[in-house]
Amino acid sequence: MTIKTIVKGTAKGIVMKTSSPINFLGAVDKKTGFIRDENHDLFQKSIKDVVLVFPHGIGSSVGAYTIFSLKSNNSAPLAMVCKKADLTTVSGCALANIPLIIITKEEFDSLENGIEIEIDSDSQNKL
Amino acid sequence: MELTRQEEAALKGEKGETLELAFRILVATGEAFNAERLIPIKWAHLSGVNYNTIGDAGEEFLSKLSQDAKVATRTTLNPMGFDIDNVSNYNLNENFLEKQQSIKDSYERMGVVPSFSCIPYEIFDLPEKGTQVSFAETNAAIYANSIGHLKTNKESAFSALASALTGKSPYSDLRKDDSPNLTIRIKIENPNEMTFGMLGYFAGKIAGSSVSISGVKNLNKRSCKSLCGGMGTSGTCGKFVLDDDEKSEKVDFDEKELQKIHDELNTSDSGDLITLGSPQLGLDEISDLASMLKNKSFKKRCMVFCPRVVQQQARKLTYANELERAGCEILSDCCTCLTPLIDKKDVDSVITNSIKGAYYLKNSNGVGVNLKPLSKIIQDETK
Repeated sequence: MTIKTIVKGTAKGIVMKTSSPINFLGAVDKKTGFIRDENHDLFQKSIKDVVLVFPHGIGSSVGAYTIFSLKSNNSAPLAMVCKKADLTTVSGCALANIPLIIITKEEFDSLENGIEIEIDSDSQNKL
Repeated sequence: MELTRQEEAALKGEKGETLELAFRILVATGEAFNAERLIPIKWAHLSGVNYNTIGDAGEEFLSKLSQDAKVATRTTLNPMGFDIDNVSNYNLNENFLEKQQSIKDSYERMGVVPSFSCIPYEIFDLPEKGTQVSFAETNAAIYANSIGHLKTNKESAFSALASALTGKSPYSDLRKDDSPNLTIRIKIENPNEMTFGMLGYFAGKIAGSSVSISGVKNLNKRSCKSLCGGMGTSGTCGKFVLDDDEKSEKVDFDEKELQKIHDELNTSDSGDLITLGSPQLGLDEISDLASMLKNKSFKKRCMVFCPRVVQQQARKLTYANELERAGCEILSDCCTCLTPLIDKKDVDSVITNSIKGAYYLKNSNGVGVNLKPLSKIIQDETK
């Protein structure tokens, strides 16, 4: 199995995919989930209630609190899917109980924006 | 990851909710980074102090946590949102002051040293070479690994908090010996501190967990901190080595790359006010600034951020008076980065020499940024 579960859980939703890493603290509004970094390709989109597919998190360590705040404000993604683990995303999802899985580059490339997927960390397929 | 029987019990909640939460974070991060076990750490430095960044959810979380949580190792703290000594000069609302105070109280209840500084490596004695620590502030983690001979991953606010509460961290990545597989060759004549900040920003974007940098001469404190700050902002890289590793892949950092980053972060041709200190300034930078400002004074507001203990030393040595005479406002316990003291309602754009500051002023505070090295700021903005 190439898919690695970091934070267990189930989720079903629409994929919002970006090939750019995310700096949660600088680029995401913690109340609404909107991306406010104009250089990011998800600029002005909301990551609320989607399955967020992105390479990995970057930047400030406080981004973990942003992930926790998004969850508390009901603006968090349903689940996150990354190509590479980073401490901000992993610890933020662990505390906020947002399902998080790590997939390979090939799997990442094959996931399409806008499709509906189901994540179940306990099942055989996971995706 | 292998856990001891004690650790396993804590994870199951047999030692209370606080440790269950801390071990949940340690186990998730350990699994993610293929750590075989947890190891003891000697010092945790926490981020997540500023109400501006952690918000109501963070404030409530810490308030609840601190009802029974205590840190298990020496723990220091990042800047918060204001300086109590001059808070009345800024338009912070009652809610902000109350919530910030609550966050401060929560950390103190847990036994954290209220240092409110992003440069712990300049104000505390460093433990012996090779000591495992857990630093969340990105510039501090990079400095600790690269210059301070300590070992830490580029921790998150929660992974460092989990380390503080347990005295442990997963043994992975930079905690083991991690040598860089990429060398960045600097190809720029007469670099200043901003060049190094942009080099860091560039390196952070392309490097893995560590990077070699070649062609650097005379990396002074100001440039070194700028490099650490820039690198921490843009990526996941947590260590640099000043060396040219022959076997590694090479990438050049030249005028063209420099210009690209400058264009990304410099969004204004001028500014309404100046900020210095992201990372906060240490005593030698304050002393430098005082001598650069001899017989000059700023034509605009200039906010200077430094740790409380540095301000106290600077007062004794009269540097603080000299800065104030030249029109600087000295602020402690807070930082340029993510400060609520700069509001886009009052300020259109800010002049700074900090790459890290520029990124967050632009994206979090929503103001324009005019980037200039310190020497140019003093040349243009003083009389």
